[in-house]
Amino acid sequence: MRGRGWFAALLVLTLAVALVFLVLPVVAIFTHTTPAKLISSLGDPTSTDALRLSLETSTIAVAVIVLVGTPAAYLLATREFPGKQLVVTLVELPLVLPPAVAGIGLLASLGPGGFLGPTLENLGIPLSLNTAAVVVALTFVAAPFYLRQGQAAFGALDKSWLEASRTLGASEGKTFARVAIPAAIPGLAAGLALAWGRALGEFGATLMFAGSFRGITQTAPLAIYGEFATDFDGALALSAVLVAVSGALLLAVKFLVGSGAFGGAAR
Amino acid sequence: MLRAELRAAVGTIELEVVLEVPEGDCLALAGPSGAGKTTILRLLAGLAQPDRGRIECGGELWLREDGASLPAERRRCGLVFQHYALFPHLTAAQNVAYGLRDVPRAQRRAGALELLERFGAQHVADDRPRTLSGGERQRVALARALASEPKLLLLDEPLAALDPRTGARAARELGAFLREADIPTVLVTHDFGQAALLGDRVAVIDAGRIVQQGGAAELAAAPASGFVADFTGANVLSGVARAGEAGLTRIDLDGGGAVVSTDPAEGRVAVSVYPWEVELEPPGANHAGSARNHVSATVTTVTVLGARVRVGLSAPQPLSAEITDASLDRLGLKPGASVTATWKAAATRLSPG
Repeated sequence: MRGRGWFAALLVLTLAVALVFLVLPVVAIFTHTTPAKLISSLGDPTSTDALRLSLETSTIAVAVIVLVGTPAAYLLATREFPGKQLVVTLVELPLVLPPAVAGIGLLASLGPGGFLGPTLENLGIPLSLNTAAVVVALTFVAAPFYLRQGQAAFGALDKSWLEASRTLGASEGKTFARVAIPAAIPGLAAGLALAWGRALGEFGATLMFAGSFRGITQTAPLAIYGEFATDFDGALALSAVLVAVSGALLLAVKFLVGSGAFGGAAR
Repeated sequence: MLRAELRAAVGTIELEVVLEVPEGDCLALAGPSGAGKTTILRLLAGLAQPDRGRIECGGELWLREDGASLPAERRRCGLVFQHYALFPHLTAAQNVAYGLRDVPRAQRRAGALELLERFGAQHVADDRPRTLSGGERQRVALARALASEPKLLLLDEPLAALDPRTGARAARELGAFLREADIPTVLVTHDFGQAALLGDRVAVIDAGRIVQQGGAAELAAAPASGFVADFTGANVLSGVARAGEAGLTRIDLDGGGAVVSTDPAEGRVAVSVYPWEVELEPPGANHAGSARNHVSATVTTVTVLGARVRVGLSAPQPLSAEITDASLDRLGLKPGASVTATWKAAATRLSPG
């Protein structure tokens, strides 16, 4: 009994340490100044421009990721082909790339001096120091989160659901749209939230690939970095908004998955 | 009418079967797991492709010898999966409506409700599959499979996912439905009893081949091999046969002892005898009856099956007897008791071992 009590105390203590350490900085963002000051700092045009840009670019990036990533994840989850493990690893690689490396890679491939730069320029979509470049950077770093989660969600589906749909006269495409996606929605939504959260927080790759120009490429994290030396309250206010948005995303996903709003995945 | 010839390599076994099922008939494919039964259903439904074969159903060619085949979605083939495979995100009625491909959208719900009603499941129309009982799921799955007006119905272990009580009722209902159905049905089961109950004909399948095909009673009475006899529930003993006295065949059993049979045979044989043909007597009783075979044995298990009792026996080769519970009381049998198992020469069937 004494041994067990001692171990239980240790478990509680470690969790308490982790909790305090992880929550303290978040709490400080809201308590360092008064709420009134936080709200008034948000009126600063630098902050509003940055927030608007962050929401716009991350929404576009997530839309692109979902559009392309959903069928791609389905393919990875439902087909076997030679070299599949290699493909999966390559797709997941950006997860572990340092953001600075991602930025350099994007510059070297899609930037004005990159090997696809001239082609993009000729096509009229140059990617340098513009908003499109921000979207590309966000898509690059956030896509693997969705692909990974999507592959897991589709992989967890009962294969016989897909086969039953075929025997009931639905083509593969219709089966994908009417059975696979609705049944995998909780997992896909979780992947979407992770990707969106990652895109909202993106810093390094955006800074290197798109720069930090107010209203054009300066997303909220870049604005926080740009302001914290001169206007700490403004940086705090922006941070508070990002915390709120990210937290809301996380909660929304947990609620949707937990409530079984999508019918769940039970047989 | 379904006519199919299929050849396919499945894992370590080489599947090779020819099936012919007339309209309104039900063929039960029965065999142990791993025999290739479910694979046959998948090949028929178009969910897997054989190495070679031909499938013709309801006047349509689904698979040609040259490998050209209709995709699964265009073979009007209703498949009821072992675990029913109901779509979890749709209600029972929506599941059924999914199969109503030729019905205008506005009439699908009415059509689905009609089908559910036919199977006595209209009360769960608006429930999701996870809240349904096993029996209800089966009815919904059956209604859904029939929604697309299939020309062939396939049932994969239709009773395996049900508990015994629900299973008995579902079996009766399914049997009644299959007798009325006017399309060919192929069902798969590992249980000979279910095959006998639901199939007009039973094909016993082992390692990818049909080893015997016919009416269930025919198979039980005249098993073509030791495997079929064993599968239909008979005791199977092995031994060597030679001509004996009085026109009978004498079989020296492996491990000791000998029995006689009215079947002619020579050389290695499988000796089959149904448990209900085997009677038990106290050891040393004078054998008054007409039974010619006597084997000394020790009782190992006593299992009550309603009014019948299955008695497991340890002899040179294991054996089981099925007796009435009155006999059980009279003999006072318990595990460890010594008995003599007796049966008639005419109840002893021989097949090549």
